[in-house]
Amino acid sequence: MSRPILSVALAGLLLAGCSAPLRGTGDLGLVVERADGRVMVVENTGSTVLASVPGLGDLSHAAAVYSRDARHAFVFGRDGGLTKVDMLTGTIGGRVIQSGNSIGGAISQDGSLVAVANYTPGGIKVFDAKTLEPVADIPAIGADGKASKVIGIADLPGRRFIYSLYDSGEIWIADLTDPAKPAVRKFTNIGKLPYDALITGDGRWYLAGLFGEDGIAMLDLWNLDKGVTRILDHYGKGKEPLPVFKMPHLRGWAVAGNEVWLPAIGHHQVLVVDKTTWTEKARVDVAGQPVFAMARPDGRQVWVNFAVPNYNVVQVIDVPSKTVVKTIEPGKAILHMEFTAKGERVWLSARDSDKVVVYDTETLEQVAELPAAKPSGIFFTSRAHRTGL
Amino acid sequence: MALRVSLGVIGLVLAVAFPAVAEPSEARRHQLRNMVEQDCGSCHGMTRKGGLGSPLLAEDLAKVSAEGLVETILEGRPGTPMPPWKSILSRDDAAWIVAYLLGEVK
Ligand code: HEC
Repeated sequence: MSRPILSVALAGLLLAGCSAPLRGTGDLGLVVERADGRVMVVENTGSTVLASVPGLGDLSHAAAVYSRDARHAFVFGRDGGLTKVDMLTGTIGGRVIQSGNSIGGAISQDGSLVAVANYTPGGIKVFDAKTLEPVADIPAIGADGKASKVIGIADLPGRRFIYSLYDSGEIWIADLTDPAKPAVRKFTNIGKLPYDALITGDGRWYLAGLFGEDGIAMLDLWNLDKGVTRILDHYGKGKEPLPVFKMPHLRGWAVAGNEVWLPAIGHHQVLVVDKTTWTEKARVDVAGQPVFAMARPDGRQVWVNFAVPNYNVVQVIDVPSKTVVKTIEPGKAILHMEFTAKGERVWLSARDSDKVVVYDTETLEQVAELPAAKPSGIFFTSRAHRTGL
Repeated sequence: MALRVSLGVIGLVLAVAFPAVAEPSEARRHQLRNMVEQDCGSCHGMTRKGGLGSPLLAEDLAKVSAEGLVETILEGRPGTPMPPWKSILSRDDAAWIVAYLLGEVK
């Protein structure tokens, strides 16, 4: 318990001195302290806190992406704030309030543009990653003529961003090759109420989960002219659904080998989909409505957390045998999980226990614990080099 | 005094539809406040300004009948992500939450 505090003091000293030793950012990350508008800069070699950065506004449902040099994090807050955090100095390097209500964002493949997806007024706003100067503003007016909330944003190769329109059921691709003249390609009638989406790590498949009907809208990004196809027509609530107390997150996608692991919706199950045929291969029963199903980077395990009231447990599924090998209780209200780059450890935020816990993924035992005020998202810099994160 | 006011308001809110209403215990109210902020907050925003779910600020809710809101909380809104909470919340809990959202109890 005294180690993190000592480290904070130490980091403060080191950062303050002009002779601070050089260090890289490869083992750094951010933990969002949701209620206090603060993030902690952490390092995952010794599991310690390096700095605490206040002043980020309303961070309920905050997300972060990294600059390609992994020096800066861009944090998207609920109040529409976009904050650039310097991971080495533990300070805010820039901040703009860009809309009333945002949900997440993405950084372009070349690292030059940051796009923010907004609920109200619905649309995306694009900023220069260096200066945070506004570059483009693309309202999401659906085919029905009304403004729509934007969800499921991800970066595509080229200066392009893909996202879905929740209210009007569309997928848009904004091409900012010329930021002054963004070109938007629209796919309409994709299905009712897309609530979140994922892109596979190779950047080829974009899958949007539908809340208003059963099924997933899929776009093959290598064959855009084929348009949106529908897969897994039974994915969804089906008959006698259980209440969904928190929307599953698809963005924490789990692609393990040729399988995509998805949280079911309205059922206490995780679905295994064959990525070569896009058909269901298996279902694994779990302890509640899954929120995140995340694959360890080597694809050998999938870790699952749950919606209230089952959010005090986390289950570990062995991918080859498709069985739950362990149910752990790391703390109260587990909101998020993040693996280290090579997956030997996983960090979990326990919101109602005011702590972050670290597990060894081989022994499945806890190895460290850090105090944190109502922690939610955890984001490691290894995301800097992955499409869709 | 606050307690008296809150009981009065809940009484009013529910008088029409449900005759006998018990205010949740202080321990339960503490849980409910936390739940509104965190668990409802995941869709409605921690500050209730809206998200995937509609805003739940007092001025937005004032337009709708209180009994209707209690019903929405317990039964959900089919066809939308608003789930039915009746397996977790009692009618008294829901009524207290509505009064809390309307700013009538703390
Ligand atoms: C999974 C997302 C989700 C969660 C969690 C959620 N809601 Fe909702 N809620 C919605 C949506 C979406 C609507 C709008 C439904 C519609 O379009 O009619 C809504 C509507 C409502 C309304 C009606 C508002 C109006 O103006 O008519 C109330 C009241 C409400 N929610 C209360 C709650 C409470 C209290 C909780 C927590 C116990 C909660 N909600 C949790 C998604 C959610």
